[in-house]
Amino acid sequence: MVPLNSNINSETDSFRSGPDETGHFGIYGGRFVAETLMPLILNVEKAYRAASNDPEFQSEFDYYAEHYIGRPSPLYHAARLSEHLGGPKIYFKRDELNHTGAHKINNTLGQILLARRMKKTRIIAETGAGQHGVATATVCALFDLPCVVYMGETDIERQAPNVFRMKLLGAEVIPVTSGTGTLKDAMNEALRDWVANVDTTFYIIGTVAGPHPYPEMVRNFQSVIGNETREQILEAENRLPDCLVACIGGGSNAMGLFHPFLDHPDIQIIGVEAAGLGIETGKHAASITGGQPGVLHGNRTYLLQTDDGQIIDAHSISAGLDYPGIGPEHSWLHESGRVSYVSVTDQEALEAFQLCCQTEGIIPALEPAHALAHVMKISKQFDPSQILVMNMCGRGDKDVFSVAEALGTKL
Amino acid sequence: MNDSNLSDTRITRCFANLAKQNRKAFVAFLTGGDPDYQTSKQLVSGLPAAGVDLIEIGMPFSDPMADGPSIQVSSQRALRNGMTLVKTLDLVREFRKTDDATPIVLMGYYNPIYRYGAHHFVQECAEIGVDGLIIVDLPPEEDKELCEPALTAGLHWVRLVTPSTDDDRIDAVLHNVSGFVYYISVLGVTGTRRAMADHIEVAVSRLRKYTSLPIAVGFGIKTPEHAKAVAEHADGIVVGSAIVDMVKANLDESGKPNAELVDRVHDFVRDIAKGVENA
Repeated sequence: MVPLNSNINSETDSFRSGPDETGHFGIYGGRFVAETLMPLILNVEKAYRAASNDPEFQSEFDYYAEHYIGRPSPLYHAARLSEHLGGPKIYFKRDELNHTGAHKINNTLGQILLARRMKKTRIIAETGAGQHGVATATVCALFDLPCVVYMGETDIERQAPNVFRMKLLGAEVIPVTSGTGTLKDAMNEALRDWVANVDTTFYIIGTVAGPHPYPEMVRNFQSVIGNETREQILEAENRLPDCLVACIGGGSNAMGLFHPFLDHPDIQIIGVEAAGLGIETGKHAASITGGQPGVLHGNRTYLLQTDDGQIIDAHSISAGLDYPGIGPEHSWLHESGRVSYVSVTDQEALEAFQLCCQTEGIIPALEPAHALAHVMKISKQFDPSQILVMNMCGRGDKDVFSVAEALGTKL
Repeated sequence: MNDSNLSDTRITRCFANLAKQNRKAFVAFLTGGDPDYQTSKQLVSGLPAAGVDLIEIGMPFSDPMADGPSIQVSSQRALRNGMTLVKTLDLVREFRKTDDATPIVLMGYYNPIYRYGAHHFVQECAEIGVDGLIIVDLPPEEDKELCEPALTAGLHWVRLVTPSTDDDRIDAVLHNVSGFVYYISVLGVTGTRRAMADHIEVAVSRLRKYTSLPIAVGFGIKTPEHAKAVAEHADGIVVGSAIVDMVKANLDESGKPNAELVDRVHDFVRDIAKGVENA
């Protein structure tokens, strides 16, 4: 049905040249939005291009990245875990040590600086687990902009501490009951808000998805992860790693780590989706492993959907991976074969979560616990002279309640 | 691209006839399969007799981003009761058995069509008597996806023009459009805000500088009086959410239609039609 013209860009011979000027990565990406939003989205693109070429914008980003987020985050050799698994030398890129506890703030910082340049006076965002909502509310407090966060009713129940955090930070959290009351519906509702408030409002999308230029823009803000990793590993090991592993919901932490390394063909790159209760049960969030190409939320990408093209709800123990789509660049990297996409079940992630606590004294978020579960599976394929970098993209404080419940512990 | 076959169609004849009689077009929207296929079939088939000039059938989608609450829940009702894209096409097929004159435009989102296969879809639409398409999430930048195949197949492509469509963009938006132009009178989603007649007058006269196509105005029209006021400044009006709300008002707690649903919806449509007639 779909022409698979998604090979490496033959003119530049690079995996890093996407998207093209119309926002496509091969057939993926694009700008599938209502006409009401088009002028605004074209303005966002124009403003983003101007900002990218303005050294002042970059230095403003760098200033807050260093002094507010706490960058660079360490690249840490997880020696006990490496020894325990008996495979490669494992490094964690410790984005869980960022202010607010995850990689999400790299992107919200970049976007709010752009919103300020565009003289927007109101910020909206969608959130699933609440991490992106908290990261958005945080930068809104910092820059004194009103913040409205759309969050599915179901997620509000599951993530009460993050809802309270957002409110402490001054955000208004609006429960979304339309559709199935989850992340995808929160995104629909944020788009509806945006359509009605185009003049004043900037929409801070939380992942490498949405209409062009969002996938590219979010990736570039998150590429601080991969760029630092490159410098740090060269400093520590005097060479590049053999393998990169990151978890994928929408895929922003993974794109951020992967992108600077895509043109090094010797580096194996692996994205880990959430298999939930198992791909065969249909209760999962693995858009590439268990979905088909489609069009939603402004872009063409792999989606969980019925044969009739209706979107299916995702399931994962990790609320941050619980989205029925994936960033379009990942769909392209999958079809071009540059990145391998695998999946890990709730159960496997829970085991990795506990191992990480016990061997490294790090309570990971359930999202990177998925990445770690895959590292555990493949470690025997490597020897100790090889280097693997895993993105520890969030800390697990937010997850202790759901992990306790899953392990049958009453708190 | 061969779109010369679009000069004499049900839609062009409809607007030409109305213009001759100095009348305005009443475009009515219903979600296909709402609340269920059989009731929906009766609702659609009674629209021309109730005074509707052009029928818009919504193709239900799980994630209708550009629609307000009324059409969102009507799509969910339809999907819950087993509506699919294939059945929406069946609905048109059955309607055409008894009515070969009233234009039908399908309105919806791209993903179900993309899954079905864009070329397959436009060919089937042309064969069964669909006259045009309005696909909300396909802006001119993505015309290769469905707009160009639709024109080749002999379907009109109707686009939404909005208050945010500025002078820089208007030519691009009107490119490839035929049949009529659908002016959205308010920024926002369907059925939520009420448009002001004076804004519409200004907006429509601005739009006329760029196109000679008939202009239909929609979003937020709920009463015969409002319909009349808007129709006075345009070539036609579109009413959707208010009709769909009337469907909802005649469902019992379990979502089953009561015995009067079809008549009541048609009575409401007839009232709006009178408003349009007086414009």
